[in-house]
Amino acid sequence: MNFDKEFDASGLSCPLPILKTKKALADMASGQVLKLIATDCGAVKDMQAFADQTGNSLLSTEEANGAYTFYMKKK
Amino acid sequence: MATKKMAIIASKGTLDMAYPPFILASTAAALGYEVQIFFTFYGLQLLRKDLSSVMISPLANPAMPMPVPMPVMVQMLPGMESMATMMMKQKLKKHGVASLQELREVCKEAEVKFIACQMTVDLFEFDKSEFIDGVEWGGAAMFMGFAGETDVCLFI
Repeated sequence: MNFDKEFDASGLSCPLPILKTKKALADMASGQVLKLIATDCGAVKDMQAFADQTGNSLLSTEEANGAYTFYMKKK
Repeated sequence: MATKKMAIIASKGTLDMAYPPFILASTAAALGYEVQIFFTFYGLQLLRKDLSSVMISPLANPAMPMPVPMPVMVQMLPGMESMATMMMKQKLKKHGVASLQELREVCKEAEVKFIACQMTVDLFEFDKSEFIDGVEWGGAAMFMGFAGETDVCLFI
C-alpha cells in the first residue's frame, strides 16, 4: 500500500503508539496515509478506537511475526 | 460536534498511581478531548520539577507482584522502597512504557490543563518554586466549574 509517512513504534507500550500516531498525523495533509508499525498487541484495538473517535480512517491492519502494521488515512 | 471534555482528580503520589492520570489525560487529548487534571493532596507530588520522590512501596501493597515472596518484616527494612522503585522503573522501561516525565510532557504539549490545589500547598507548606511552570493554582469551586461540563470525570 502507498503511504506518505512511516513511523516505527516497535517496543513501545500503551499509550505511546496512539500518542505517536497523533503526533505523526499532526503535520500531514488531509488524505495522506501514515504507515505505523507497533509490537504492542493492545494497539490493534486502540488504533481502531483512535480512528473511530477522531474520524481518521484505518485502511488496514496487518500482522506478521508479532509486529502489526497499520495504515491510517488522515481526515 | 462539540469538543468532548474530561476532568481527572489526581490524589495519589506513588509511582503506580501516578500513571493512570497521565496516561488517560494524554490519550484523551490525542483523541481530541479538552482535559483538565486537578492535583490535590499527595497528587501534588506529580507536579514537582523533580519526580524522584515519586516512589512505590511493597509495604501494605499485597497486590504488588514480587520476584520472590517477601514477608512484611522484610519489606519494612530501610532501602526497600528505593529498591522496589528502581526495580519497577527498570520493568517499565523494559516493556516500553513511557516515563512519567515523558507522559507529563505530552500532556503539556497537548494543552492539558494542570490545576494544583492551593489548600494542599498551604497545608503542607510547599514551596511553589519546586513545581513545574504552567500550573494554575485553584480550589474545588474552580475545578467544579469545568468538571460540571465534562463527559468523563474521574477520581484517581
